[in-house]
Amino acid sequence: MRNLLTLTRMRVRLALRNKMFFFFSIVMPIGFFFLYSGVFAKGEPMVVAYLLGPVLGLNVMGSFWGLSATLVTFREQGILRRFHVTPATAMDMLVSSILANYALTLPTVITELLLAKFLFHVPSLGDMTSILLLVSIGTISFGSLGLVIASVTNTMQETQVLNQLLWLPLIFLSGATIPFTSLSNTVQNVALFLPATYLVHGLKYAVFDGKGPGDILLPLGSLTVWFVLTLFLSSQLFRWEPEAKIGRKAKLYVAATAIPFILLGIWESGSGRIIAEEKVLIQRLDDLQQHDNRRAPRGDQQSTDPTKMDDAKPRN
Amino acid sequence: MPVKFLAGGARKMNDSSVAHARAPSDWSVRRAFPVNFFRNPMSDSVLQVENLTKRYGDVQAVRGVSFQVAEGEVFGLLGPNGAGKTSTIEILEGLRDADGGVVSVCGFDPRTQADELKHEIGAALQSTALPDKLRVMEALRLFAGFYKRRKNPEDLLKRFGLVEKRDAFYSQLSGGQKQRLALAIALINDPKVVFLDEPTAGLDPQVRREIYDVIEELRRDKKTIVLTTHYIEEAERLCDRVAIVDHGQIIAQGTPRELKQASADKTRIEVRLAREEAEETLGMLEGVSDCRSLNGNYVLHCQRPPQAIVSLVKHLEAQNNELVSLEIATPSLEDVFIELTGRRLRD
Repeated sequence: MRNLLTLTRMRVRLALRNKMFFFFSIVMPIGFFFLYSGVFAKGEPMVVAYLLGPVLGLNVMGSFWGLSATLVTFREQGILRRFHVTPATAMDMLVSSILANYALTLPTVITELLLAKFLFHVPSLGDMTSILLLVSIGTISFGSLGLVIASVTNTMQETQVLNQLLWLPLIFLSGATIPFTSLSNTVQNVALFLPATYLVHGLKYAVFDGKGPGDILLPLGSLTVWFVLTLFLSSQLFRWEPEAKIGRKAKLYVAATAIPFILLGIWESGSGRIIAEEKVLIQRLDDLQQHDNRRAPRGDQQSTDPTKMDDAKPRN
Repeated sequence: MPVKFLAGGARKMNDSSVAHARAPSDWSVRRAFPVNFFRNPMSDSVLQVENLTKRYGDVQAVRGVSFQVAEGEVFGLLGPNGAGKTSTIEILEGLRDADGGVVSVCGFDPRTQADELKHEIGAALQSTALPDKLRVMEALRLFAGFYKRRKNPEDLLKRFGLVEKRDAFYSQLSGGQKQRLALAIALINDPKVVFLDEPTAGLDPQVRREIYDVIEELRRDKKTIVLTTHYIEEAERLCDRVAIVDHGQIIAQGTPRELKQASADKTRIEVRLAREEAEETLGMLEGVSDCRSLNGNYVLHCQRPPQAIVSLVKHLEAQNNELVSLEIATPSLEDVFIELTGRRLRD
């Protein structure tokens, strides 16, 4: 336990001294927040609330980038092998990566929530317990995916290629960037096989619909199972030595991380529940906007101007 | 062959089975090096290795290495790159598993008791680094955090001359400073055995001497040290005992003095000639005990150098050959290595 805390402290300290960390973990997520809230939602509080789920989802999903890159750099530079000769274990190295990433992601998430509340005057941030639970399990499970990526790639180049290959479908199909309901029915069904879809869906429900933890058990449960699996796989595949290369067959282990969501995807595409719930959510947003417009018809013009965000106060 | 490691505490090993190096029969090791050079007279060993083997695919990196290291001793594994020194030391540190043999370090088997062992050993590894943005003092505190027993980081900073660099990032340190920090970290848990793998490789001569001073200080403190090196000077200057390693085997071991004496007080005369001569002919000259051709030079070992030189010059005159250069050197471990392998250490 002491080794874990020692390593976690070091990782947090090193991240705070890294310019890349500042850009990718603070500037970019906050930039996305302003892009979504100010430009896409035009400062409209209800739309900001609806888009807050995808914004938080993007922030949480990004965890795997930094974690995989850092661990591979540590291995390539022979930093890991120095720790190998100490009593620190592979699990200490892996779990400290996850913990440090969590400690560094949480403040950005809280900042985004506070900005939504006080700058964009979102009337309700939804169920805070649900949000925190989802953000937590999302951050640690996507972080753990990063550890598997670090374990199954031999060089930084391979790591970045795999990161890109995973990142693009995760952000484009999960509803984190392109609205889920705008995707064709086939693509929606493909998206049901991705962990990010359940994360973003759960976050939308927790923020926009104020659903309690009991109502988002599917995303919470599936991400937890996924976390346990990815952590187990990364601990089995962990390599301290730069010259210890992983065989081609072992790279297939990364495919094993997809198993929980392949099963869930088959189940969900059969039931069609997630797709139906997404339609209900967007319908509710439309209804609320129309209701708003009826109550304050002239307010719309003001609130669409992102430079006058203060005017976009809730009018009910 | 099934791997048999010690299950618990250090087992007292059969001295003869441990101490005999497995030298190839075609080398005249026994003639040049009396049997007692392969024996370790000290019984209070903290480190015992018996018939260690390690293979990487088709390459047999370590082929039956055996030695013991006594408490307070500085033991060196001297050999060219690729001789199997690093593989041996990494097995002792618990970083790699052996394929065969028996190993005990501080009474622990590195393969099955690595967790306990790691509290007792310190190491400065080859080709390792620390994160660029870690400060010197932070690095010491970080590593101190892993151990049950620990030294005061402030004392180590002073001892290794890093006080002024305490807040410097690792990336801002020079090669020598990085190596001093590596040594300081290796001592942070007040280890019973310190492993130094090529502690001065890649450093310039001045910095290398600086590191020698630090290691000599540890030697005065009676720290048990196992170091690998391919520098003759390092082995001669720092080690109480040296094992010469080549092709995964120990071909000789003893104190540097013993090993050099085994060269039978032979002075080395290295000559370059205008035209080639047969090694055998030069070896037969009066006063010359043997001759080997090395990279275009001829290395003559002789007990009576003046006589050897006179007979060499006479011979060259008779053959209408010329002496291009001549160099005389007192025996070093390099000569021991040449005598045993027919190669230079750095070839």
